[in-house]
Amino acid sequence: MAALIHIENLSRYYGDHCAVAGINFDLQPGEVLGFLGPNGAGKSTTMQIISGVLAPSSGSVRLDGFNLQEDPVRAKRTLGYLPEVPPLYPEMRVDEYLRYCARLHQIGTSDTDRAVARAKERCGLKPMGSRVIGNLSKGYQQRVGIAQAIIHNPRIIILDEPTSGLDPNQVREIRTLIRDLAEERGILLSTHILPEVQSLCDRALILYQGGLVYSGPVSQQQRNRLLITLATDDAENGYLTTLPGVLQVEPLSPHQFRLTLSDKCSPADIAEAIVKHGGQLCELRTDQDDLERIFTQATLGGRVQ
Amino acid sequence: MIRTVAGRELRALFLSPLAWSLLGVAMLILAWLFLVQIESFMQLQPKLIAGASELGVTDLVIAPLFDSGAMILLLLTPLLTMRLLCDEYRSGTIRLLFSSPLSSTQIVLGKYLAVLGVFGLLLLLAALMPLSLLLGGALDLGRLAAALFGLGLLLACYGAIGLFLSSMTEQPAVAAISTYGLLLFLWIVNLSGTDDRSSLFEWLSLSSHYRPFLDGVVRSGDLAYFLLLIAGSLLMTIHRLESRRRGD
Repeated sequence: MAALIHIENLSRYYGDHCAVAGINFDLQPGEVLGFLGPNGAGKSTTMQIISGVLAPSSGSVRLDGFNLQEDPVRAKRTLGYLPEVPPLYPEMRVDEYLRYCARLHQIGTSDTDRAVARAKERCGLKPMGSRVIGNLSKGYQQRVGIAQAIIHNPRIIILDEPTSGLDPNQVREIRTLIRDLAEERGILLSTHILPEVQSLCDRALILYQGGLVYSGPVSQQQRNRLLITLATDDAENGYLTTLPGVLQVEPLSPHQFRLTLSDKCSPADIAEAIVKHGGQLCELRTDQDDLERIFTQATLGGRVQ
Repeated sequence: MIRTVAGRELRALFLSPLAWSLLGVAMLILAWLFLVQIESFMQLQPKLIAGASELGVTDLVIAPLFDSGAMILLLLTPLLTMRLLCDEYRSGTIRLLFSSPLSSTQIVLGKYLAVLGVFGLLLLLAALMPLSLLLGGALDLGRLAAALFGLGLLLACYGAIGLFLSSMTEQPAVAAISTYGLLLFLWIVNLSGTDDRSSLFEWLSLSSHYRPFLDGVVRSGDLAYFLLLIAGSLLMTIHRLESRRRGD
């Protein structure tokens, strides 16, 4: 199947300042792609380019097969976009606003009411239809913003920090909504909350100073690193460094250690050796590079811990 | 699509007190002027009849009313047009329009149509005043139609220029002030002199193209001037939106 978003060599300059420098990536149907990076890394700029709000300085964007530069109207029909600040008209009522958005996205008059009702239901806005947007709380305004992005049932949804300003319950609801939406669509979402990416996304992209520094799964198994927990005290565990095949021992707490193994050594060998030494082994598992580690490594370059 | 944008804009204009107060103030001042003209006409009437003058109510009431009306509306319309695009920039709602399957042309035409809607209403209300004179006398209806047509074109021009300047800035006040500046300049540019060298200024001036309409003269040159000004402003607005997307 063709990629929903296909980005090639995308660059964007603000004067001399390069905000996005030649990035490439794809978004497949059914995929939730997490977009990470420190502030000012170019996330919002990239999302605005994909949504047609900004034009790229060079490079191309294809949305569901349509080139955004050459055929913008058809490309944008496939797209729902929630900017960092929800694009709301404070003087309008929720129903009125959503009807307007539906009309903007070329939904026929007869289908408008149904589309509005569905979007409201999905975003938990049912009782809010006749409220004036300016009087809603930040959380509800954010939901109206999300409702606006999904009202025309787009195949591609771009959400710029969708959970900012929401309380923990609302965050959970929005995450459930995103997971539901992802089933037949592709979602690109940016956030600063790493656990959110870990729980929601299939893949993460990390931007740093306009360049793509990481693109891959949200966690990585590290076969040559073990995390072990021993019941014995710190003082008695000096023997760990002497075990065959152990290159490095990194104490994480008095009872927990991270061992780096040589290529030939398997976890089973280590377990056996520890037990032989009389160590009381409570836990042994392969270490994972979690997103935080990946993020720090990608953006700061240094080793972690 | 153009209608959708225009419909929202109109609703926003009439939901806020802005359009209402603008229409109200415009009507109040026009009505006052109208009454003043009527009064002076009543005083002059015996002399006119005695002198068998050809001047009638159309010359002495309607033409002056529309002449000063154009100036008053010049002072009011920038307040109506200043928010059109710069509010969308400021609140970030322009992103909704940019990410929707709409061309910049459709956005600009939608906004412009909304302004024309308000002006249409204004024109309709303004037309009722001279028409009320039909209750007590006869009017040169052809001349009245020409004057209304001229005022309509002039307002359409104000609107297009206001829309263009609203696309240039994020500050409504700056948009309003620059619209005042440009419109007033175009209004008075022909005051510079009356010799041959100033014919360019004469041609540039809004007033020298507007006044013939009040005499009941609809010239294709004046028509072309107004249409050119409108089309030029709208094209520049579209261009401005596009270049904003490119970030120049």
